[in-house]
Amino acid sequence: MSEYEIVDHEHDVVVVGAGGAGLRATLGMVSGGLKTACITKVFPTRSHTVAAQGGIGAALNNMGENDSWQFHMYDTVKGSDWLGDQDAIEYMCKEAIPSVTELENFGVPFSRTEDGEVYQRPFGGHTLDYGKKMARRACAAADRTGHAILHTLYQQCLKYQAEFFVEYIALDLLMDDNGKCVGVLALCMDDGKIHRFRGHQTVLATGGYGRVYFSCTSAHTCTGDGNAMVLRAGLPLQDMEFVQFHPTGVYGAGVLITEGSRGEGGYLTNSEGERFMERYAPTAKDLASRDVVSRSMTIEINEGRGVGPNKDHIFMHLEHIDPATLQMRLPGISETAKIFCGVDVTKEPIPVLPTVHYNMGGIPTNYHGEVVTRKGNDQDAVVSGLMAIGEAACVSVHGANRLGTNSLLDIVVFGRAAAQRALKTVEKGSAHAPLPKRVTDKILARLDKVRHSNGDVSVGEVRNSMQNAMQKHAAVFRSNTSMKEGVEKVDTISKGMDNIGIKDRSMIFNTDLVEALELENLMQQAIITMKSADQRKESRGAHSHEDYPERDDKNWMKHTIMWLNDKNKTKLDYRDVHLNTLTNEVASIPPAARVY
Amino acid sequence: MAEFALPKHSKIVKGIDYPINSQAKNTKKINVYRWSPDDDENPRIDSYTIDLDHCGPMVLDALIKIKQEIDSSLTFRRSCREGICGSCSMNIDGTNTLACLKSIDEVKGDINIYPLPHMEVIKDLVPDLSKAYEQLTSVKPWLQSKSDPEKGKSRKQSPKEREKIDGLWECVLCFSCSTSCPSYWWNGDKYLGPAVLLQAYRWIADSRDENTEQRLEELEDSFKLYRCHTIMNCTKTCPKGLNPAKAIGEIKKLQLERR
Repeated sequence: MSEYEIVDHEHDVVVVGAGGAGLRATLGMVSGGLKTACITKVFPTRSHTVAAQGGIGAALNNMGENDSWQFHMYDTVKGSDWLGDQDAIEYMCKEAIPSVTELENFGVPFSRTEDGEVYQRPFGGHTLDYGKKMARRACAAADRTGHAILHTLYQQCLKYQAEFFVEYIALDLLMDDNGKCVGVLALCMDDGKIHRFRGHQTVLATGGYGRVYFSCTSAHTCTGDGNAMVLRAGLPLQDMEFVQFHPTGVYGAGVLITEGSRGEGGYLTNSEGERFMERYAPTAKDLASRDVVSRSMTIEINEGRGVGPNKDHIFMHLEHIDPATLQMRLPGISETAKIFCGVDVTKEPIPVLPTVHYNMGGIPTNYHGEVVTRKGNDQDAVVSGLMAIGEAACVSVHGANRLGTNSLLDIVVFGRAAAQRALKTVEKGSAHAPLPKRVTDKILARLDKVRHSNGDVSVGEVRNSMQNAMQKHAAVFRSNTSMKEGVEKVDTISKGMDNIGIKDRSMIFNTDLVEALELENLMQQAIITMKSADQRKESRGAHSHEDYPERDDKNWMKHTIMWLNDKNKTKLDYRDVHLNTLTNEVASIPPAARVY
Repeated sequence: MAEFALPKHSKIVKGIDYPINSQAKNTKKINVYRWSPDDDENPRIDSYTIDLDHCGPMVLDALIKIKQEIDSSLTFRRSCREGICGSCSMNIDGTNTLACLKSIDEVKGDINIYPLPHMEVIKDLVPDLSKAYEQLTSVKPWLQSKSDPEKGKSRKQSPKEREKIDGLWECVLCFSCSTSCPSYWWNGDKYLGPAVLLQAYRWIADSRDENTEQRLEELEDSFKLYRCHTIMNCTKTCPKGLNPAKAIGEIKKLQLERR
């Protein structure tokens, strides 16, 4: 592999990804004195965290409602449909309070209440007093909270002179013979050189893989590169069947309209002008959990009560809200509605449709951010040298369905936790063991194959087929027949990877090559998602199975874990859900029917 | 008389024409600047005719369609496709903007697409922004305060104080404004440009920041700040509707008050 020039780097820690999770981890590590490299395929402020709108959940109780982290925890466990690990959820909801306060101290431009505190708005599934009434818990910076947080974290990283490697695409993890992760190999897009980063901990903060679907709110760059690297390192992914459909993606364009717009008083109607959510969720109505609202909308459309010429979408109304409030609280989505559907939100409703939005599944970790796997009877075996945080990880705090505002919270809390853990476990400046050449060679062979691929199918064609299959067969509602067909289709489409051809042979900013590598990553996750969905014979959270419409705690209250070998063959196993809490400050929340 | 030669690779030649093969009725010709760093060729304009009946509404949709269906080597940055990440800034129909927010219908006739003006080009529509990022770092764009907030507490800020940074913090760092500014074209090495000055003012205007005097002192420089000649291209071009010229004006006003 002499064709590639290799540049070597040695750090205490290597963070892959510079979204909210990656930056929060980098910040904590650098400020704690660890020599940290942050590798990112886009300039940090372009990461998809920037698109988060509505808010970050924390029981700060600024609205004087006697909110508490215990209520937040209850809502999160219930939202997860009891697939979330309660120790991790306790940790997240408790640490939410100092973590969000820290964000304010870092300079996040949060909106404010009259008495100068951080403004909080209602959000789906967030309640007071264990479901009695809706809580105002989402700390918001207008409707651009993700932008506010991401830019602030980047600024803080600049303050501490963090070392960034921008527009580097990570190729694969460097795994030694003992199954320990010792770093990552990356391609610098700017000059085509290969960079070998050695770290005592490698932290994957690579985000979700929304682009496995045809229509999603996710950015083009959301290809789950870290998830795929983990699969290729011989480790499993967890709960990949749970894909969240956000109720309000703009019909056609797929761009997001925040749930915060319903938090500010917006509501949905069908073709009869009926506020149908009152039927499905009498208490929470339009602010029920996302899976509930998305299913209700789909049922309305399937039963012929959709709006528009094809009766294939739903209206969301904001026109009854005072224009000054819209301007102050929802300026971003007012602009989005204007640009992407020509709608003036002060006068007419926005056409919306449930759209793929978030991956609850990912790389299994504990609440410190350390990657775990199942080894025999040990269900929580830590993988040495490897961490995962943010949407890439499955801690699991979201279980089968994530609550709005809990993703921004997840990235900040576990980015922070990963830094704290690394500061405890990594000895600063300690030496790196030599790495056999074949580890790098194997990764370069894969790169080389893609770079020189000259088959007759384009990356675009294969990607389209995969996205359409996933859109059809791993949708809001699923059935045995449809999923079986989906598994077969994805299997066939994945074989098309052998026939792809790219046109650009350059080593400089070769996005043709990068898209091919990303497609390979997406394809591996498509296989796992489809197969994980097909094997789960129950309905839970975002996984709605028409042949098994009920939740089955006896047989299925367990995490799916699935491996993929280099022949694209899968292996299935399970891990128990942690029903235990972390401390005795709160009691475990026993499974109950989920009513909103 | 001294003779001046144009810098290398500044002359653009006609490139490849990709006509449409189908019987499509609703077509549009997209002319795109192409330059590869791998050979010693001059940049060229390739022309792609596409079927608008099978294309999304935005210029970015057209570029993605071209990359996906006609020429996968076409190189540009993109990510969120909803105007919040700032990746796909380029010059479209003579104006710097975000390709994902620019509607194809808005452009009469052919669509001409170039990289952001006056920046080094890495490849095709991808400019080298590293200098602009360094300038951003140079204004220390983070909260600076002498007093620590009460432990475990947020700093207080009234809605009125908070309002002062509206229209400033929303910048997506696409640099459409800086690269539309003739002063920045000429003195981009020393003049900070509208995008970075907007960021500088964002912190000056934030009631929580306590380093205003030092920030102003560091900006008091004939190049860094005063190369702004109120041309207003920045404000005119901003795809997010922000007003960097006003922010620069506010900095200049504060400088006057300090004297």
